[in-house]
Amino acid sequence: MGNLSIFAMQAFNGLSTFCVLLLMALGLAIIFGQMGVINMAHGEFLTIGAYTTYLLSQFSERFAPWLLNSYFLVAIVVAFLLAGALGLLVEHFMIRYLYKRPLDTLLATWGLSLIMQQVFRSVFGAREVSATLPNWLMGSVKPTANIDIPINGLLLIGLTVILTGIVFFGLLYTRLGVQVRATMQNRAMAGAAGINTNRVDRLTFAFGCGLAGIAGAAFTTIGSTGPTSGSLYIVDTFLVVVFGGAQSLLGTIASAFSIAQMQATTEFFMTGSMAKVLTLSAVILILMLRPQGLFALKVRS
Amino acid sequence: MNNEFLLQIEELSVSFDGFKAVDDLTLYVSKEGVHAVIGPNGAGKTTLLDLITGRTRPTKGHVRFKGSEVTGLHEYQIVRKGIGRKFQTPSVYESLTVFENLEMAYPDKRSWVSAWRFRRTPEIVKRVEEIAELIYLGDRLHERAELLSHGQKQWLEIGALLIQDPELLLLDEPVAGMSVTDRAKTAELLSGLAKGRAVVVVEHDMDFVKKISDHVTVLHQGRLLAEGKMDVIQKNPKVVEVYLGH
Amino acid sequence: MSNSAKPSLVRRLAATAWSTQKSRENLSFLVLAVVLLAIFPIFLDVFRLNLIGKYLTYAFVAVGLVLCWGYGGILSLGQGVFFGLGGYCMAMFLKLEASDPASTSIQSTPGIPDFMDWNQITALPALWVPFRSFPLTLIAVVVVPGGLAYLLATAMFKRRVGGVYFAIITQAVAAILSILIIGRQGYTGGVNGITDLKTLLGWDIRSDGAKVILYYVNAVLLLGGVALGLSLLRSKLGRILVALRDKEQRVLFTGYDVATIKRAVFVLAAVYAAVGGAMFTLQVGFMSPSFVGIVPSIEMVIGAAIGGRSSLFGAIYGSLLMNFGKSYFSEAFPELWLFVIGAMFIGVVMLFPDGLAGIDLPRLFRSVKRLFSRSTKPTAGAGIGVPPEAASAPTGGVP
Repeated sequence: MGNLSIFAMQAFNGLSTFCVLLLMALGLAIIFGQMGVINMAHGEFLTIGAYTTYLLSQFSERFAPWLLNSYFLVAIVVAFLLAGALGLLVEHFMIRYLYKRPLDTLLATWGLSLIMQQVFRSVFGAREVSATLPNWLMGSVKPTANIDIPINGLLLIGLTVILTGIVFFGLLYTRLGVQVRATMQNRAMAGAAGINTNRVDRLTFAFGCGLAGIAGAAFTTIGSTGPTSGSLYIVDTFLVVVFGGAQSLLGTIASAFSIAQMQATTEFFMTGSMAKVLTLSAVILILMLRPQGLFALKVRS
Repeated sequence: MNNEFLLQIEELSVSFDGFKAVDDLTLYVSKEGVHAVIGPNGAGKTTLLDLITGRTRPTKGHVRFKGSEVTGLHEYQIVRKGIGRKFQTPSVYESLTVFENLEMAYPDKRSWVSAWRFRRTPEIVKRVEEIAELIYLGDRLHERAELLSHGQKQWLEIGALLIQDPELLLLDEPVAGMSVTDRAKTAELLSGLAKGRAVVVVEHDMDFVKKISDHVTVLHQGRLLAEGKMDVIQKNPKVVEVYLGH
Repeated sequence: MSNSAKPSLVRRLAATAWSTQKSRENLSFLVLAVVLLAIFPIFLDVFRLNLIGKYLTYAFVAVGLVLCWGYGGILSLGQGVFFGLGGYCMAMFLKLEASDPASTSIQSTPGIPDFMDWNQITALPALWVPFRSFPLTLIAVVVVPGGLAYLLATAMFKRRVGGVYFAIITQAVAAILSILIIGRQGYTGGVNGITDLKTLLGWDIRSDGAKVILYYVNAVLLLGGVALGLSLLRSKLGRILVALRDKEQRVLFTGYDVATIKRAVFVLAAVYAAVGGAMFTLQVGFMSPSFVGIVPSIEMVIGAAIGGRSSLFGAIYGSLLMNFGKSYFSEAFPELWLFVIGAMFIGVVMLFPDGLAGIDLPRLFRSVKRLFSRSTKPTAGAGIGVPPEAASAPTGGVP
């Protein structure tokens, strides 16, 4: 019985990483799959969401203690909006000039990420900060005597499920979603059919960044925030997206799940850094064998 | 195996996500002459070329060149066997000169080591100049390719194929976007080329096709619709319907 | 030539030197050689010379990047891996030499590097044993990074993985290697790296004399590397690389084995970086994982980008400039450094894709002249905003 509960808790740890990774990867997959744009600053949008949450927690702590219980949900919305708005600006001033040059987009967005990291450092200091979590998020649920499931983990999962659902629903059933999918599959035809592909691109990019912002808010429940928090996830996120086949959302989910789980499971047997090495190496090896990722559609070249 | 045809395509099929781009196609190309492939848009003409050159793998059927199987080989291997393909949009190396463009295509010194140690022998220079004359660019040898006109770029591309002395030339819409005079010159060029090698031309310009082709194949929805000489084809009711019915 | 007296000999020589691309390159090479071999050593003291020597080791990486990225279109964000591997190979040899039983007699296990002793290792690991021999070490400096590059390239290019995917995977490899090195501190010295290096085959590399000699060795090797690069770029292979960068599909259809060519140039770039790493270890006296990971790798790219990714010489000057900038800002305004480098990335990509080398001096002079002549001759219609391209014919390097 003891082993099962340890296993369950370990699986649960993997789930928390999985949630943040998935939220990041969803945003990136949409941007990359849709526009072929590599946004190396994606991690920094996570950091924006995290710092926003932190600021709101400070604000409610000092000026509005009665908000402490509810600020978190507000933070999620604000993080989304703020990150999304910044995404719009970035797309407008930089990304849209670089669409045909993916390598250059990579370099330019890397430059942006460095600048953003420095801004964070200058404004918030180099040390990590933590948002004060509301009481209802602390503590855990005990379904059995031995298994301890932290509530914030549950919130994370719930949030991820809801958001993933929204993304799916949005893509499949809303008008904008159809436009996005059309542009993703055949840009020229979509344009010919009257879809304003520029507008679709801008909104997609902003939405992807917004998702990263939410990931950032979620991230505050599992760790403290520093200027480089986002960059910790960026390589993993890219590998998740590439591994899952950039065109497929289901692939992204499966990929995020396997990578997060692989990391968590191997961490059980060895140190954290070695687990990371093993996971990254495994992903790269698999990518070498199947470069289009696990779930790629066969497309006409 | 039947060796009197240069290119044998049998029951060739490929589908993309359920869409049958080429469906059970059987086609034979003889060793000499101009063989035109025509058909409305989406008939599978470019896909056919992709399949022959190894850019796309068929889901069924095979392609035989000079009696041996080439289905499934890499593109560069197929090129080295003697098949040259020209794409629709002129694709020359803009930053290189006409001479360098042709020299790049010279069928020798293909590995990186030999390319590094490559020396321009008189033999190579002569051949490049020969080809340049053929493609009406003899006096523009040392100009950068980006300065050429559209028609000249098309010729340069054909030249780059010719220098490899292919036995089979696949040309995808060679006169698209060309002026009338250039079209006439291209017709002359291709007819001359067809003595001693097979030239397969995918085209839309019916006058051009009529002028130069010895044999015409009509494709429709990935399948063979009709074959024969151009004037016979033009009277074929199925062909007329397919072209007018769209 | 005008009707008046023939231009002076000097002017005629200058015109010839400037006339073709090849002669311009030769001139630049000469200038570089004079700067590196004569000007720097004469005007700089040993300390500064050694610093330049250190910066020049990054230039090795930049030159390699010009070949594989500027010309071949292969962006690698993990050159730190090869730099580090070359550097570590050399460091391992030097460390073993500095850890002879006599000087390490106070350790629990004499004769092995100090950090191994601190980690309770009692015998030299098998990985280290070959590095007792200098010839083997020299071979390793080339073969280990080159071999890794060969494997990576084979796995990637043969499967048509290129462009962005390739770049990200090189990043991941850089991350993996740096984590691996830091994690296995018993074998590698961990996050501090391999330090306290003293002698090379008995010769004290910490002395001033040694530093000067090593600087010259470094400069000569770099010049040799540039010469090699020039010979490559002038050959048919160079033209193939240009064609590859612009139209890979077409090169494939012309019958070239693109994957093998890309692999060759990538391995070459890796070897360049490795030599740089080894020279770094010799001149600076240590090697650590801080040169291996994602951040240093991308700094190496920026050096090449600033100078001009398609110019061998530009890349060298760009690396020097970047390192100067880094030192200056880290001391004076540490907060600004990341801003500067981030802005440089964005600037190079959006405004100056050809870096410093892309600045067309004649054109620049003409626009400046025009700017000044405006005060005396108002020209209708020509506003300050007229870009130089519209006003003059395309120039720059065309024979």
